[in-house]
Amino acid sequence: MSIFSKFDEIRTAFSALTENGRNPFDIRFEKIVSPTEAILDGRRILLFGTNNYLGLTFDQACVEASVNAIREAGTGTTGSRIANGTYSGHTKLEQEIASFYGRRSAMVFTTGYQANLGLISTLAGRGDHLLIDADSHASIYDACKLSSAEIIRFRHNDPNDLARRLRRLEGLPGSRIIVTEGLFSMLGDSAPLREIAAVKRETGAYLIVDEAHSMGVLGKHGRGLAEVAGVEADVDFVVGTFSKSLGAVGGFAVSDLPDFDLLRVVCRPYMFTASLPPAVIASVSAALRRVATDNLLGARVLSNSRRLYNGLAQAGFELGPEPSPIVAVKIGDRELAIKFWNALIDGGVYLNLALPPATPSSQSLIRSSVSAAHTEAQIDRAIAIITDTGYRLGVLNENDTRIAMPAAE
Amino acid sequence: MLASHVDNVEAEIIKVVTARIPAGVQVSGQTRIARDLGLDSVAVMDFVMDIEDHFDISIPLDRIAEVETVDDLRNAVEALLKEKA
Repeated sequence: MSIFSKFDEIRTAFSALTENGRNPFDIRFEKIVSPTEAILDGRRILLFGTNNYLGLTFDQACVEASVNAIREAGTGTTGSRIANGTYSGHTKLEQEIASFYGRRSAMVFTTGYQANLGLISTLAGRGDHLLIDADSHASIYDACKLSSAEIIRFRHNDPNDLARRLRRLEGLPGSRIIVTEGLFSMLGDSAPLREIAAVKRETGAYLIVDEAHSMGVLGKHGRGLAEVAGVEADVDFVVGTFSKSLGAVGGFAVSDLPDFDLLRVVCRPYMFTASLPPAVIASVSAALRRVATDNLLGARVLSNSRRLYNGLAQAGFELGPEPSPIVAVKIGDRELAIKFWNALIDGGVYLNLALPPATPSSQSLIRSSVSAAHTEAQIDRAIAIITDTGYRLGVLNENDTRIAMPAAE
Repeated sequence: MLASHVDNVEAEIIKVVTARIPAGVQVSGQTRIARDLGLDSVAVMDFVMDIEDHFDISIPLDRIAEVETVDDLRNAVEALLKEKA
């Protein structure tokens, strides 16, 4: 009996996944040409599955800042902040993020995953109650495993269900902490945050919103769904990432609560891991400045998103519920989704293959993410390739084409 | 809640699970929820939500992790109903 035999079922499923095509967990690009193009198997391919929402990975100012930081402060910090100390760049970036959100404090983590893992698992202690959206990201579920609190799932984007589950806790001691997301990563749908904030106020709970996919994308100032919904004052903690809109790696949390900085000496995923290297801190700082001063980037990614969403909806595809930079095509059958995804790469466009249990309601999805850096011509080409593939594989048929939908805001 | 409703927790659970799986699949106390019914980890959690609403209780995730069979789930539900009473 091998130590790996517990994974026998996964091995079988994985073999079935890869026997007729590529390994979706191990796509190897020979070269990244730009935020929107790469070389794969010797051919140029359009990138529509990167989460590079603002297209800043090759931004000149970010690149220069990063290169200079390496020259000035070296390639790495070689350890954690509690042991090796904080570099001036860390403090400066934390001040900049706090100021971007108009908050009292910010903490920087080494990845977005660790930001969720650390913040949620530390805030929710023994005797507390964590109420998480059923479709939460894996980092939120893993935070729950690390936490000593009682974990309750509420039905996806359902404030009434959340209220019902909070009501069942009446009379029990302990804090209630609600966790939801600005944009959900699989279908690109947003949380009913105004209603969730109302439930939070009525029940005296705390509210954490993960704006990983919505920072820099939603809101006049790019502060995400909480800004759009006008409930920033109700959100006790915003969590986010540097790896999407800001084009690097890392995570953060911001808050107005006075004792927030206590987390620096109790939050293990913050304390016991190496801090972000100077190059990353510097490019994130530059990217954040760009987001704070350039409203056009956010407007551009949203108009590009509507173009892709409406194009695919008109072609007759079944999509997520609303246009957002995450546009997911629902493919009923798992095998068909795998075939579809491979055919799209053959056709010259890279998207993400998303299969259950990583997806809501056991759906198989071809998930795309739109960038401000995409040209309209690139989006139109992606729509054409996806549509053509849809007809060839029988996902679409001639009767499917829908009446043009108005561009939703 | 009616007493009979609670008295027959296993039958109630089987009723809820039957609604989620293909017709004709037999479910008993020994049925392993994930393995025998072909539900993935998320589908199991979604099914448990139906159970929670049916009995108006919350089953914390760590307790769900310990549940393998319908009987395990019945025990968890009965314990929570007792705590609530």
